[in-house]
Amino acid sequence: MNPQAPAASAIELIGIDKSFGPVHANANVNLEVERGVIHGIVGENGAGKSTLMSILYGFYEADSGEIRVNGKPVRIRSSREAIDCGIGMVHQHFMLVQPLSVLDNVMLGAEGGALLAKGAAAMRKRLAQLGKEYGLEVDPDAVVGELSVGLQQRVEILKALVRGAEILVLDEPTAVLTPAEADQLFEMLRVLKRQNKTIIFITHKLREIMSLTDRVSVMRRGEMVATYETAETSPPELADAMVGRKVILKIDKSPAHPGKVVLEARNLVVSDDRGVVRVHDVSFALREGEILGVAGVAGNGQSELLEALAGIRPPASGEILVDGRLLRSSEHDPRAVRRLGVGHVPEDRQRVGLIMSFEACESAMLGFHDQPAFGRGILFDRRAIVADAARIMEAFDVRPRAPLLRTANFSGGNQQKIVLAREIDHDPRIMLVGQPTRGVDIGAIEFIHKRIVAERDAGKAILLVSVELDEIFALSDRIIVLCGGRVTGERRPEETNPQDLGLLMAGVSERAA
Amino acid sequence: MSAPLKPLPAWADVALIPLINVAAAFVISGLVVLAIGENPLEAVKILVAGALGDLEGIGFTLYYATSFIFTGLAVAICFHAGLFNIGVEGQAYVAGLGAALAALYLGFLPGYSLVFVAIIAGALFGAAFAAIPGYLQAKRDAHIVITTIMFNYVASALMGYLLVDVLRAPGQMNAETPGFSKYGIVPQFHVLLKPLGIIWPDTPFNLSFLLALACAFGCWLLIWRTRLGYAIRAVGANPTAAIYGGISPARVTIVTTLLSGALAGGMAANVILGEEHRLILEYTAGFGFVGIAVALMGRAHPVGIVLAAILFGMLYQGGAELAFDKPKISRDMIVVIQGLVVLFAGALEHVFRRPVAALLARRTSQPPI
Repeated sequence: MNPQAPAASAIELIGIDKSFGPVHANANVNLEVERGVIHGIVGENGAGKSTLMSILYGFYEADSGEIRVNGKPVRIRSSREAIDCGIGMVHQHFMLVQPLSVLDNVMLGAEGGALLAKGAAAMRKRLAQLGKEYGLEVDPDAVVGELSVGLQQRVEILKALVRGAEILVLDEPTAVLTPAEADQLFEMLRVLKRQNKTIIFITHKLREIMSLTDRVSVMRRGEMVATYETAETSPPELADAMVGRKVILKIDKSPAHPGKVVLEARNLVVSDDRGVVRVHDVSFALREGEILGVAGVAGNGQSELLEALAGIRPPASGEILVDGRLLRSSEHDPRAVRRLGVGHVPEDRQRVGLIMSFEACESAMLGFHDQPAFGRGILFDRRAIVADAARIMEAFDVRPRAPLLRTANFSGGNQQKIVLAREIDHDPRIMLVGQPTRGVDIGAIEFIHKRIVAERDAGKAILLVSVELDEIFALSDRIIVLCGGRVTGERRPEETNPQDLGLLMAGVSERAA
Repeated sequence: MSAPLKPLPAWADVALIPLINVAAAFVISGLVVLAIGENPLEAVKILVAGALGDLEGIGFTLYYATSFIFTGLAVAICFHAGLFNIGVEGQAYVAGLGAALAALYLGFLPGYSLVFVAIIAGALFGAAFAAIPGYLQAKRDAHIVITTIMFNYVASALMGYLLVDVLRAPGQMNAETPGFSKYGIVPQFHVLLKPLGIIWPDTPFNLSFLLALACAFGCWLLIWRTRLGYAIRAVGANPTAAIYGGISPARVTIVTTLLSGALAGGMAANVILGEEHRLILEYTAGFGFVGIAVALMGRAHPVGIVLAAILFGMLYQGGAELAFDKPKISRDMIVVIQGLVVLFAGALEHVFRRPVAALLARRTSQPPI
């Protein structure tokens, strides 16, 4: 790439406007990203970040406005044209072919001729060179599907770099990463920055913005509301700018008053679909009126533990007791568990907790559809179903309040509120809550956290599984840490700190060390 | 990469897209007609006149449509559970056996109760034959597409054997059962209307048509207004979420295939009990497969299926007239049109979806989320 005039910014978006029918997704958005910086873009879900980046990457064309790359006005109508302009995109959901090797994936679309040998040899050399230059070493012959998520993301970045990307756009890149992998990613991005690459980093996690970026722009309701030098701003200021009002990041809660044990696991062992043991010999007791946080890096058995407790995945061995009574094997069934008064907010609302193609009111009765409230006899009572959905949507401030709208058309935060509303509304005594605020915007996080604490104060027993340490600290009355499927420690939040938990999460067991 | 498809408004989804698909199928069929040296417009005229021009044509059209409603519903109900039942042909065939056995051997039943029992026997046989692939899918993960295809051959071989070696009337040359008694048949409309002074030409159009309409309404009620239908749609849309919701996909799979087989059995009521009045070899004549096209075109919605079934009924009846009038256009032409409808309504369903969505998006679309 030719060195451009030093004054020209890498990217300039001027007056970008994009409407979808009545919805103004981007309204006169201006953004200037200087060469060789890491520029963060934050905003709630639906603020228009994704639309803006889709315009930059050629998925959509703006209704009006101008894009300048290195000072030159360009038209970007397809991802190919974006690549030609030196823009590379790393999607949140990787665009990789799992069974193919790293080399094959990187070459895909850039084979360099009908016969592969020559292109492959050249690409191999290029990969090695890039690996050295940026610290992005990956075995070119490894099968992508067998790589860790962090390494797969590295392959995505390599794909963009191989195609000559000078400007990298990363869309919520840490959503799928473990904290350690995220740190590695940040290190990589800093190296890229030192090599004068420009990075646009989209996220809604303020911690990442603060630790990584040089500059940060805030979007709200389709508008670019502010741009700060990261060093001169603070998380509360950014949060206020995102939401447009004061946000309480720390939740006020009174001390817990735990009652009797209502849910107990004894020596629980759970295997995944492939028969690999993911939960080893886990025991704990959950009391009324307390929130027990389960901390751990994603993929350390939390999902399988939740599924076993919810009856979805029968445990390989061990016992589950509800109200002191041992569950029979026939009760390892979601319906039976729900009848015992156990509510379950699953970790993955889109894949598990809701049915995207259903109307919201139909999703809002999933798991409870056999209750007489929704119709006696064979036939449903549609009016009751719609009215019930409207009622809980009102109570949980689900927007829009449209029981007949398809579930998929709600934003992530509002989908989560539907799940939470459904589970809480049926008044369970025990609640299993998995990743309640994953991919949820800040305004909704505040609301969801308050509801969870309110349930605790009403005497419910709550098991909270979260990979967000901030969330664990904010909500839990007691914390257990899982690593490799084993409990590596138990703490009270006031007696511990993130470093201590981090050690437990890494498997450094108890204070013996 | 391209942007994800935006949801279309309901009217476009249920009416506009199927119409465009069918229109495209007809345009290309017209080109084929042109290529063999006939005038497509004239062909359409003969076809429509043959199907709807007089009461006789209408009677045949609705008779064929009745079978298509049953087979279309049978395929569609499985679609809702995420299952592709290609075995409707075989299920309808075996259902014919049930209906015939009841009509032949339960003659002691009083009056017209015999024909009711025969209809139910047909449905039960169809359901029982569908139950095997359904069970294998639910409990053994044997893919229902594969098993139902193979079960069509099983049905064909089984029925061939039974009709040739077991059920054939003594001294009869054809592989068919003896005729049914007068209480073992579904009355035809021209017979029913005669005492009322209404003269309808002699066509096989019979009371099964009303049964088919009732089944269509029942399917609508089942799918969208009952707990079982909710479970069926949940399993079809997202089995993981269904399990979370306490729904057993295995159970739903079995129940759905049973219902599907029973609906396929409705064809036996129309053809065996309503027209042939005896069981004949290969009576299903591919109608089970056409049910797939009907279900696709009707977008698995009972109203759409009734409309699509009537369209296919017209094609069958009008096509026969066309083949009679224009020797150059054989009945194969109808198969071509059918194939094109399957192509456009099923395989290429999204071809017109995107441009239509883009066209509508200018006014009514929603933002990406």
